[in-house]
Amino acid sequence: MTSLLRPALAMILGLTLLTGLAMPLAMTGIARLAFPWQAGGSLVERNGRIIGSTLIGQDFTSPRHFHGRPSATTEADPAAPGGTRPAPYNAAAGAASQLGPTSEALREAIRQRIAAATATAPGPVPADAVTASGSGLDPDISLENARRQAPGIAAARGLPVARVLALIEHEASPRALGLLGEARVNVLRLNLALDAEP
Amino acid sequence: MTLLGWAQIALVLAAVLAGAVPLGRHIARVAEGRRTILHPLLGPIERGLYAMAGIDPGKGQGWQAYTLAMLGFNAAGFALLYALLRLQGVLPLNPQGVPGMAPALAFNTAISFVTNTNWQAYSGEVAASHLSQMAGLTVQNFVSAATGMALALALTRAFATGRATQLGNFWADLVRMTLYVLLPLSVVLGLAFVALGMPQTLAGAVTAETLEGGRQSIPLGPVAFQIAIKHLGTNGGGFFGVNALHPFEGPDAIATALQIWAQTVIPFALCLSFGALVGNRRQGRVLLAVMLGFVLLATGAIYAAETAGNPLHLALGLDPAQGNMEGKDLRFGQALVALFTATTTGVSCGAVNAMFDSLTPLGGLVPLFLIQLGEVLPGGVGSGLYGMLVFVLLAVFVAGLMVGRTPEFLGKKVQAREVKLAMLAALVLPATILGFTALSMVLPAALASLANQGPHGLTEMLYAYTSATGNNGSAFGGLTADTPWLDVTLGLAMLLGRFAYAVPVMAMAGALAAKPKLPEGAGTLPTHTPLFAGLLAGVILILGGLQFLPSLALGPIAEHVVLLAGKTY
Repeated sequence: MTSLLRPALAMILGLTLLTGLAMPLAMTGIARLAFPWQAGGSLVERNGRIIGSTLIGQDFTSPRHFHGRPSATTEADPAAPGGTRPAPYNAAAGAASQLGPTSEALREAIRQRIAAATATAPGPVPADAVTASGSGLDPDISLENARRQAPGIAAARGLPVARVLALIEHEASPRALGLLGEARVNVLRLNLALDAEP
Repeated sequence: MTLLGWAQIALVLAAVLAGAVPLGRHIARVAEGRRTILHPLLGPIERGLYAMAGIDPGKGQGWQAYTLAMLGFNAAGFALLYALLRLQGVLPLNPQGVPGMAPALAFNTAISFVTNTNWQAYSGEVAASHLSQMAGLTVQNFVSAATGMALALALTRAFATGRATQLGNFWADLVRMTLYVLLPLSVVLGLAFVALGMPQTLAGAVTAETLEGGRQSIPLGPVAFQIAIKHLGTNGGGFFGVNALHPFEGPDAIATALQIWAQTVIPFALCLSFGALVGNRRQGRVLLAVMLGFVLLATGAIYAAETAGNPLHLALGLDPAQGNMEGKDLRFGQALVALFTATTTGVSCGAVNAMFDSLTPLGGLVPLFLIQLGEVLPGGVGSGLYGMLVFVLLAVFVAGLMVGRTPEFLGKKVQAREVKLAMLAALVLPATILGFTALSMVLPAALASLANQGPHGLTEMLYAYTSATGNNGSAFGGLTADTPWLDVTLGLAMLLGRFAYAVPVMAMAGALAAKPKLPEGAGTLPTHTPLFAGLLAGVILILGGLQFLPSLALGPIAEHVVLLAGKTY
């Protein structure tokens, strides 16, 4: 038994020191030197204040801003101990709806979102505009979704629609390496660009 | 489905194969204790670990000694991790002030990481301190993967030589696989992940004042390095609760492609290492081909189901162009989601870049069935190879019965004892999965955990025990998993799936090692041919199908029919 105990304990402790402390700390140091912005969470500042991370979506409700995808994140409900209440884009606890394909709650939610979307703009509704993202923090929307929102935002800001559409094209991210993933536009960056308009 | 989508899938798989060839050669070299380019740098650390532990790496172990060492090491790892999780509230590196885990959850989590499952009944950003993530979970990500590789190497050696009494040295295999395979790859991949946007910092969370005047608390931490080994070691346990969907854990499509690469390259490479070590490279390539075939089929099935979308939602006036987007983030695209989903369940990784609970019924059936087929397509790091070799023995046995000859594989006669042990291992899966699921479906305390009703509810429960027993770790995430019943029974399922499987396999290795290596005769069934590949695939499908099709018929298949009929719950 002792012939097993010593190697077992020594190995787990030795490997913990190496792979659990020395290496993560060394990697943290190297990352800070080589990629300080990314290692720190890709944070964006405006007027010296942190206003978010380009990778993390934010809750936009103003008609003057582009809106991100529906988010199923929640937060603790102070009125009901142990319960939760909706809190879109709560980055402290990313979450999805976890509703299955035959869920009536999901179908009803999508039906209401489609009704709201078609009330302000006609035409088919892109799926990303009315389905909750998996992380609850999706920073992007599809270009179709953004273009669909453009006339409403142009009206709310008194900007020409063409200008808003041009901003979308300017901020759009193509597929990575021209091949991987989806073309999309980052909502926080797009709204920052909008706010910078005269 | 689009041509562009298939081009993405082809590119990633080509990169996996391109990586597996040299890596397979490297692993074989390291397994034989030969020097590599990394030895000048890491050799002193290797010798230091042996000295600390009082180990002679050249001293071979029989199957019992090898298995005991493996079990002892894993028990010590469990004890350390359990203590760390319970005590994290009073230990350093805890900027968010996370409290210690409750006993049932700590038990579940410690078993989960020790068994290479990484089932997560907790949400990382809320319930684990930086110290637990680094010195607890990350460490097990390395050593549980190295344990799997060690077991695969021991079984490989049983085929390599005739009349052997020893299968190698567990401690040497553990240390060498960690130092010369997993660690260097994790460093390179971890840095790439930081460049792509994953945080790597000891800071806790920052509070942002959002554009519309709200406050947003953004959790940070030492993410990138942990995520690198999470995929390389087919562990799958996320730093964050939503796993690779979290923008810090899956920042873009390149990161997701690299994760797919990382979680499949070692399982494929090990097939080639096997071929090299037993002196029959074609045999290794045949195993790889069977695995790759299943990955392609599964990817195609998921891709087709998810891009077709949900007919209930399309009927509401949804633009069908993007397919089923509930529970998915936009940046990865349906093609890479399909490939990720097929590979994360084909290997026993369990990371997710789409929420399985919201997949279409057929899209969700595929990952479930892939785990039920035994986690051999291509299976976890190490565990995939030894699991596949169990199926190979069953396949040669079946072939032997058909032609009336004593079955043999690589010159080793496969006799009653080996087949019994192989069946004993193979039966762990259905007994554990179906037993616990059936029990839970009649227990009110367990049923209260379901998030969805109807056939989907059964799928949620079935998936949980399938994932735990298969040591996968992915979930139909709506299930409330942190309850005493589920914490304990899923913990037991993980233990059985790992060790009640590995011990018979090691006994089988011992029996096989002792046999003489016979020269190939006229009556030998060649096992490195397309014919045998087909037979092997057939045995895997028939065995898995017979065991699990009834449960699948009641879950995802019933749900698909219900969906087409337009019914909701």
